[in-house]
Amino acid sequence: MSDILSEIYQSVLEGESTTVAEKINLAMAEGIAAETILNNGMVAAMSEVGRLFEEGEYFVPEMLVSARAMQEGLSVLKPFLAKADVRSKGKVIIGTVAGDLHDIGKNLVGIMLEGAAFEVVDLGTDVAAEKFVEAVKTYNPHVVAISALLTTTMNNMKSVIQAIEAAGLRKNVKIIIGGAPITAQFAESIGADGYSPDASKAVALVRGLIQ
Amino acid sequence: MAKKYDQLAIDNLDSFVFGKSPFPVRLNNGFTIGGGEVYPEINFTLPGMAINTETFPEVRNQYAQMINDVVKRAVELHALGFSVEFELLPDLTLNPQWGAEITKILREKLDEVEQKENIKTCLRVTPNDIREFARPPLMRHGKYVDEMFRCFELCAEAGADLLAIESTGGKEIHDEAIIHGDLLASVFALGVLGSRDMNDLWQKIVAIADAHKIIPSGDSACGFANTAMVLAEQHFIPRIWAALIRVMSVPRSLVAFEQGAVGPNKDCAYEGVYIKAITGAPIALEGAEAACAHLSQIGNIAKAVPDLWSNESVQNVKLLSASAPTVSMEQLVYATRLMNKASAKGQHAALALRDLFVESDSTLDVQAYVLRPDVVLEISRQIIQESTAYLRTRAAARVALAHLRKASEDQQITLSRVELRWLDTLSKQADQLPESEEEFIDQMKRQIDMSKVNLSEYDL
Repeated sequence: MSDILSEIYQSVLEGESTTVAEKINLAMAEGIAAETILNNGMVAAMSEVGRLFEEGEYFVPEMLVSARAMQEGLSVLKPFLAKADVRSKGKVIIGTVAGDLHDIGKNLVGIMLEGAAFEVVDLGTDVAAEKFVEAVKTYNPHVVAISALLTTTMNNMKSVIQAIEAAGLRKNVKIIIGGAPITAQFAESIGADGYSPDASKAVALVRGLIQ
Repeated sequence: MAKKYDQLAIDNLDSFVFGKSPFPVRLNNGFTIGGGEVYPEINFTLPGMAINTETFPEVRNQYAQMINDVVKRAVELHALGFSVEFELLPDLTLNPQWGAEITKILREKLDEVEQKENIKTCLRVTPNDIREFARPPLMRHGKYVDEMFRCFELCAEAGADLLAIESTGGKEIHDEAIIHGDLLASVFALGVLGSRDMNDLWQKIVAIADAHKIIPSGDSACGFANTAMVLAEQHFIPRIWAALIRVMSVPRSLVAFEQGAVGPNKDCAYEGVYIKAITGAPIALEGAEAACAHLSQIGNIAKAVPDLWSNESVQNVKLLSASAPTVSMEQLVYATRLMNKASAKGQHAALALRDLFVESDSTLDVQAYVLRPDVVLEISRQIIQESTAYLRTRAAARVALAHLRKASEDQQITLSRVELRWLDTLSKQADQLPESEEEFIDQMKRQIDMSKVNLSEYDL
């Protein structure tokens, strides 16, 4: 890896948001392609952040600092990526079901997906099934990720899936679910395409479904 | 007029034990909490099901079944008394008449068992803090506030003995603070926003309780400190950060008592050990038997000083032996039977059992260490030297961090290299807390995401 790419990698790894933009500009001035900077400098660093998290060296606060640096870098790279027709790894809509206000888990999944260069549209909490459908029509995502933390709201996940089916959109999207009371069996029973037991495994799940 | 706490109600270790509190709470039926016995406090909830007009008959059936099951088991196991906590789900608070109906079902069964058997009972009703359904939350006005207080009124009329809540004022900032490891934002959420909300909220809850001649019991920093504890258990945040949030949540919870709450404090309020030391009020706590609801590193040490012993909450599902609520009641009865037997044998036996509970957990996790009775007394003593909720929260942070550093150096706890790194990070942040609350508020107004909070709802 070139020196400047290593520096970008290190900036993202250590969460140095203030210097990453300058380093990206230097890399582009050296003629390094935007896609190379993205994949070898930034996504690679976030992948290492993920590994450090799995090893217990990093916690979520460190991941967020790195993710912030990643976002700073992306904001510089985006116009150049668009010019080179480099797309995101995929688009994910995420939200917590109607009647449920819990969002920490959902927010963590969103952050991890963005760190892995997915585009994330966060619908927030207490999201009615119709709003999920509207978002699918508006944003044309690859994946819809639904969260619930209460046993009294988890059945609303089925309502979301049914609403997407009724709108004739089911074939267009993969649907994954997660949250404390959720199980793989429940996911299967309501027709979801996948289930993630926690935020850290959601990225691999989404990656696998899109491929 | 707010009550002032500037000295400890329990200031020595020998007086700090399960079952006994300086200011027991006595119900009209003679049930006394903190008067010498530890009683079970059972909490049960619905299995996975929606709550709406069509399903409400089944909701009624479920609660009727659960109360029948737990009462039957308590009688079979010769329990001298028990408390039932009805923790309302959001839908049962949003529709207060539903919450009142369920309260009535539980009340009638408890009255029946009191008459038939020689058992004392207590019904704690905990409406859900539905104010957060508005985003950003409206803490003092609006339909959610109105329905929540109507729920308190109707449930009081329907037969509650104790009123409680797990209030969430400040949580809209605190959730972000937890995952960002932002100590200053956490102090702002707990020591400024949350405490101001508690001031207003608990004046109103106490007024409702007084009007119905029932007990305003207590609150919980569940949405703050237990959220952190669960995230630590999932390895999302360091344990030392969760332990620190636990201690920093004490001044916020204390505000309920300043405004007239008398205990027992809520079961999930592990900071209740500090509340008991400061106020002398009895407390409920939960630990190993709450694994049905959440996992923790403090399953035994939580048994050191409670006056009610709880299971947190259990779903009505069938296990191999019996329904889960039945199983929970059995577990609680056995746990409290052991504590009461120790008390009956004398102070030395009770303190010996207490110390076993403490020592079995306290060296293994920093979250247990900060619940050690001796540590609680030392930190509490310093917290209440300050006069405002902000300064107390600031003191809680700085004193707890200093204490943990010394404990690590003295090898009373073992902190990993990563946790030690976090001790330094958090200490540097704590050093930035100014003495002036006004200066702190100005600083935080520039830093927090203003779209997430209505500052005017907190008098800011």
